[in-house]
Amino acid sequence: MSINLEQFHQTFFEESFEGLDSMESGLLNLQAGGMDADTINTIFRAAHSIKGGSGTFGFSEVAKFTHVLETLLNEMRDGRRAVTPDAVNLLLQSVDVLREMLTAVRGKDAINHARANQVHGQLEQMLQAGAGTAGAVPPATSAHTHAPGTQDWKISFRPQSHLLKTGNDPLRIFRELGEHGSLRIDADLSQLPAFDRLDPESCYLGWNLVLESMAAESTIEAFDWVREESALNITSMQPGTPVSMASVANASPAAVMTAKTEGEAAASTASAVNAAESRATTRASAGETASIRVDISKVDELINMVGELVITQNILGQIGQNFDMSKLHKLTQALSELDRNTRELQESVMRIRMLPISFAFNRVPRLVHDLSSKLGKKVELKMSGESTELDKTVMERIVDPLVHLVRNTCDHGIEMPDVRRAAGKPETGTLTLSACHKGGNVVIEIADDGAGLNQEKILKKARERGLVKPDQQLSADEIHDLIFLPGFSTAEQVSDVSGRGVGMDVVRKNIQGLGGNVEIFSEPGKGARFTVRLPLTLAIMDGQSVAVGKEFYIVPLVSIIVSTIVKNEHVSTMANGGEVFKFRDEYLPLMRLYDLYGATPRTTDISQGLMVVVEGDGRRAGLFVDELLGQQQVVIKSLEANYKRVEGISGATILGDGSVALILDIPGLIRIAHQKKVA
Amino acid sequence: MDATATAATAKKDAGMVNPGDQISQFLTFTLGQEEYGVDILRVQEIRGWHQVTRVPNAPAHMLGVLNLRGTIVPIIDMRMRFRLAKVEYNPVTVIIVLSVHSASGDHVFGIVVDSVSDVLDVKASDRKATPDFGAAVNTDFINGLATVGEHMVMLLDIDKLLSSDELSALANVSTAAE
Repeated sequence: MSINLEQFHQTFFEESFEGLDSMESGLLNLQAGGMDADTINTIFRAAHSIKGGSGTFGFSEVAKFTHVLETLLNEMRDGRRAVTPDAVNLLLQSVDVLREMLTAVRGKDAINHARANQVHGQLEQMLQAGAGTAGAVPPATSAHTHAPGTQDWKISFRPQSHLLKTGNDPLRIFRELGEHGSLRIDADLSQLPAFDRLDPESCYLGWNLVLESMAAESTIEAFDWVREESALNITSMQPGTPVSMASVANASPAAVMTAKTEGEAAASTASAVNAAESRATTRASAGETASIRVDISKVDELINMVGELVITQNILGQIGQNFDMSKLHKLTQALSELDRNTRELQESVMRIRMLPISFAFNRVPRLVHDLSSKLGKKVELKMSGESTELDKTVMERIVDPLVHLVRNTCDHGIEMPDVRRAAGKPETGTLTLSACHKGGNVVIEIADDGAGLNQEKILKKARERGLVKPDQQLSADEIHDLIFLPGFSTAEQVSDVSGRGVGMDVVRKNIQGLGGNVEIFSEPGKGARFTVRLPLTLAIMDGQSVAVGKEFYIVPLVSIIVSTIVKNEHVSTMANGGEVFKFRDEYLPLMRLYDLYGATPRTTDISQGLMVVVEGDGRRAGLFVDELLGQQQVVIKSLEANYKRVEGISGATILGDGSVALILDIPGLIRIAHQKKVA
Repeated sequence: MDATATAATAKKDAGMVNPGDQISQFLTFTLGQEEYGVDILRVQEIRGWHQVTRVPNAPAHMLGVLNLRGTIVPIIDMRMRFRLAKVEYNPVTVIIVLSVHSASGDHVFGIVVDSVSDVLDVKASDRKATPDFGAAVNTDFINGLATVGEHMVMLLDIDKLLSSDELSALANVSTAAE
C-alpha cells in the first residue's frame, strides 16, 4: 500500500519552522553566554528532527545541509567542540539558510543554491578545522598553563543507571581523582528524564572530566570499582612536548579560518538582518494553507461545552413535547441555560483563534542581536507578557509594524556606547518589549532608555519639507506625530537599517487598519515609548446601532467621539454645497447618512435627529442619523464573501432577531462624502 | 438533495450510450408568463420570502442581503433583473438559493421568483440553441431552450448571470444611465 506523503508535508513544515525558531532562540541564549547542555540538546534535537523529516519526505538538499549542521552540533553536545561566538554566528546563518530552503521547498520554488552552498562550505570548513584543534578544550583552557611534567587526561564517564544502588558514589571517585591533580568536571545532563519520570535512585548523569596530573596509571584506579557498570573512556590529551607542537601547528590554520569567517559573518549580517525582516512577508506568501495549533485543553473545554449544549437541547426537547403553560417556568429556565451555553461556546471558539503574543515577539531577539552587532551598539532586550493572547489574524499583521518599531528604536533611540557613557548612562541600552490586556484591547509597549525623540530636529526637518509652516507652533505631542507622516526621516544618513522615510507612516496605517492606534511618549535624554493598542480580535467588535428611517446601521464604537444634538443655527452651508457644523471650537463636515445611502429618513431637520461625531483616518466628521439605539457586541460577517465590496460598508452582522445590519466603514464614508463634495 | 439528484443522474448515466441521451435535471420556476430552469445541482435550498436588509448604492435588482444560517447572502429580484413588471411579493413568492462559481471562488446567491414549478429532465439532444437577437438583446446567460409539452423553458447559466463581475458591470451601467 502506498501512502501519499504529501498529506504530512504541512505538518512537517510547521514543525520544522517551529524547530528553527527554537534553534534560533537557543543559539541566542548560547550567545549570551548560557553554555549549558540543555540548550545545546534542544538545538540538536530540532536539527535532528528536521533532518529526519526532510529525509523521509525526499527533500534531500535540506537533509544534506542539516546533516553537516547536526555533525557540528553533535561535537558541541559531546563537548568535543567549544561554543565560540563565530560558531554560533555560523549556526544562526545556517538557521536562516534552512528557513529559506524550507520556504522554497514548501512553495515548490527553486532553492537558492549559492547561499546554501556558501554556508554549507563554511560549515564543512569549520568541521575540518575543528578536528585539528581538538576543540574540546573550552576557550578558558586554551589559556591554561601547564605545570611542567604534567599531562591532561580526558575522561568520559557514563555510568549505568543502577550505579548508585551498588553503593558507588561518583562524588567520592571525583574527590579521589582530585587528589592527583587539578580536575575539571562537566556534567552531561542529556539523559536526564522529565521530572515526573525521574527515579531518585537511578543515576542519569554522565561526566566529562579533564584531569591535569603528574600521575599516569593511578588515575584509572579510582574507577576500578565502577568499571563494570559504566562506559569509561580515558584518553591522554596532551602527551609529550613534540606532539603538542604538532597540535599548535594544526591550530593555526583554524585561527586563520576563524578570522575569515568573522569577516564573512560581518558581511552576511546585513543579509541576515534583511532575512529576519523579510521573513514575515515570505512566510505569508508561498501557497500555504493557514492552519493553527490549538492547545488541547482548549479543545477539551469546547467539547465539554458542546456536551452541555446537547443536554440543554434535550431538556428543551422534553419540554416541547406536550407543552402546556405549567411548564413555562421550566422553559424560560432552559432557555436562559441555552443562552449561557451559547455565549460560553462562542467565547471558547473565539479563544481557539487566540495565540500567545510570543509568536510575534520571538523574532525580536534575533533582530536585536543582528542589529546591535551591525550598528555597534549594546542593547539588552527585556520582554514581558509574552503569554498575552491575541487573535491569529491580528498577530500576523502586527509582526511587520512591530519589527519596524524595534528596528527604529535600535537605530534612532539607543545611542552609541560612548555617547551613553558621556551622558552618564550604562553603556548597554535597554529595550523593553511588553504586552498586556487592558479592557478589550491588547497593549504592546516598545520602550527604550535612549535619547528620546529629538523634537528640534524633527521640527526643523518638517519645516524643510514644508510639512509645517515656518511660524506654526506645535505642542510636543504634535511634533511626535510628525514622524508618522509619509516620507519623513531625520536620519542624517540613509542606512540599511532605517532612514529612507518609508515606514512609520506604514506602521501607523497597518495598525489603524487593524482598528488600533499607536501613541508616542518621549522624554529627551531619557528615552521613548511607543504604545500600540490593538483590538483583541477582528471578528467581534463593540458597535453602536443607529437608526435612519426604518433601517439600522452599526457604527464601530472606536470611531465615535461623541453623540450630540446640534442646533440648526450651528450648521452652515459651504460654497460648494457641502455642509459644516460647529463642534467645540472647530467646524466639521456634516454627512447625512440618509443622503449617502439613499434611505428615507424620519427627519431631515438637524435639530430633530442626532449628530454622531466620528473620526476615521485622522479626519473628523459629523454623521447625521435619526436616533441612537443600543450598544452591543457584534460578530462581523463578510459581505464580500458572497457579494462584493460596498463602499462605506465594512461588513455585516446579524442582529438578535436574525435580520442583517450593515456595519459602517467610517473612513470610507468620510472619503465618499469628500468625493461628493468635489463632484 | 444534491446527493439524491447526483445519484439519480448517475443511475441514468450508467446506461448511457449516446451523448445525446445524457440527461440533466433542471429546477423550473416562473416569472410572469415565462418559465426558466436552473441546474438542480446548483440549488442549495428553496425558502419563503423574508424581509431583506437593503444594501446602499446597489443596483435596483439587488434587493439586499439576508442571513442564511450565519452567512450573509445577497438576494436578487429576477423580475427586475429581466426588466419585467414588478409585482407585490405574496406567500408563494420564493427565494431559490444558488451556488455560483466564479473566478473569485464560490458564492451563494438568492434569487426571488414568482413560484417554483417542477424538476425537469432534459436530454442533451432536446436542448435547442438560443436564437441570436444580435446586440439588442443579451442572451449570454441563456444556456439553451427546452420544450415541455406546449411551452418553452429557458435554461439559465447562473454563473454568467450572477457573477459579481456581472453585478458590478450592471451597477456601472445603471449609474451611467442616471
